[in-house]
Amino acid sequence: MKYALLIYGAEADRGDATPEQQSQVLAEYGKFTESINEAGINLGGEALDDSTTATTVRVREGETLTTDGPFAETREQLGGFYLIDVPDLDEAIAVAARLPGSKYGSVEVRPVWDWANNTPA
Amino acid sequence: MGLGQQHPRLKDPAGALDRVFREEYGRVVATLIRQVGDFQLAEDAVQEAMASALVNWPKAGVPRNPAAWLTTTARRKAIDRIRRAQTLSRKQRELEYLTRIDQTGTTPEESVDSVVQDDRLRLMFTCCHPALNREAQVALTLKTLGGLSTAQIARSFLAAETTMAQRLVRAKRKIRQAGIPYRVPPDHQLPDRLASVLTVLYLIFNEGYSASEGDDLIRHELCEEAIRLGRTLAELMPDEPEVLGLVALMLLQNSRAGARIRDGELVLLEDQDRGSWDSDAIAAGATLLEEALRRSQIGPYQLQAAIAAVHATAPSAAATDWDEICLLYARLAEMQPSPVVMLNYAVAVAMSKGPPAGLQMMERLGEQLASYYLFHSARAELLARVGQIEESRQAYQRSLELVENTTEQRFLLRRMAALDRDA
Repeated sequence: MKYALLIYGAEADRGDATPEQQSQVLAEYGKFTESINEAGINLGGEALDDSTTATTVRVREGETLTTDGPFAETREQLGGFYLIDVPDLDEAIAVAARLPGSKYGSVEVRPVWDWANNTPA
Repeated sequence: MGLGQQHPRLKDPAGALDRVFREEYGRVVATLIRQVGDFQLAEDAVQEAMASALVNWPKAGVPRNPAAWLTTTARRKAIDRIRRAQTLSRKQRELEYLTRIDQTGTTPEESVDSVVQDDRLRLMFTCCHPALNREAQVALTLKTLGGLSTAQIARSFLAAETTMAQRLVRAKRKIRQAGIPYRVPPDHQLPDRLASVLTVLYLIFNEGYSASEGDDLIRHELCEEAIRLGRTLAELMPDEPEVLGLVALMLLQNSRAGARIRDGELVLLEDQDRGSWDSDAIAAGATLLEEALRRSQIGPYQLQAAIAAVHATAPSAAATDWDEICLLYARLAEMQPSPVVMLNYAVAVAMSKGPPAGLQMMERLGEQLASYYLFHSARAELLARVGQIEESRQAYQRSLELVENTTEQRFLLRRMAALDRDA
């Protein structure tokens, strides 16, 4: 099954990190990515820029409305994601628990909608 | 199960079938879920099989192996259901798989006896999976393993039936969509996952033993269901001392259920008629506890059962070995230093070393247990014993503001009235 691992963390804390801490976190992510590559379960993923750079778009009655900022203001922001392919939720949870982001913030494990086996919700 | 041979025609078909269904439901659903890979389809098919049994069994007699009959019939009902709805390729695969099971020639008896045990275990672990919230775990366990109807579960937890139905639908959907595996967890996960199963069973028991809301203090059917499920788990995992410990604990506590209420009013342990305690349950609990303790892997449930056993075997309230209970609580507090355990420990200390020692321990818990009614009532009791009547009254008052069960409300009011009499 395919799962998205959505990495949430407090952007406010990120600014406080020293260069040493930042490179340590980067190294941790490097190691994690390598491990899921080797396991053959990595379908891709990206880190995202700060939510302050986000623009939210809505179209209402044919008009495009843009708002400065993310869809919802929360204490923790979406900072990146991985897409993985593992047999079941237990495996996905185990991978999420190894993700550095689960230590610093939280990781939401979301199954990817399976078009072949489901009719649209 | 040789019911069929002895009663080819049932005198009380509905009652007899009800008993068989109650006993076999969890077994049959557990196997069906593994075979069809879907909770809802499995439950619907088993319901249909039971409806067939209600028509067939009174005429043909109860089959020699009712679980096997129900499993086979339910599987065929599931095949019919999938055929009727076969629009998707996935269903085609399921259909081939199920038809193959149906035609492999393994007699239903064989398949039932060899793998069903594992299926019930799979089902317990799946229902209590940590990715489901606690309420969903409890509801799913009662529905699929206990075979309780949605209406019964809703009544037991004083929830609206629609709310409970939604909770069950949501949980079953999550199991399917999120890919929660249907299996007994591997060894490295087993301790945590088993703890979750035991928590759910004890939660069901406690809700029955001391209903948190409403007018009835004890809902016996929940206590009995928790004990029944616990016994099944103990059968399936005979080497886990904490499983035995939990069943022993529930049996020992439940042995007093009949004496806890007199004329609709709550009776304290020390005032209960010990002659009316269920001596069979006490003996069964004590035996299980001994069996557990022989494994030399002590755990919180075994310790709580040991404490319950000291109470259960004391000839009178005055003869209770409070020193022994204090030792057991000290051990429990090391393993599980929760505020509630510390509160019970403090009560034991008060009984063993006098109320001032107990009160002193309680002072440290005031902040954490500020909104726990039993903290205030236990404290009120000890304050009254050391003659601090006004403080005691205030503590009872606080407890009354927090309690939601009406039987317990009346009990607290009586204790408060007694303060005035004694003062």
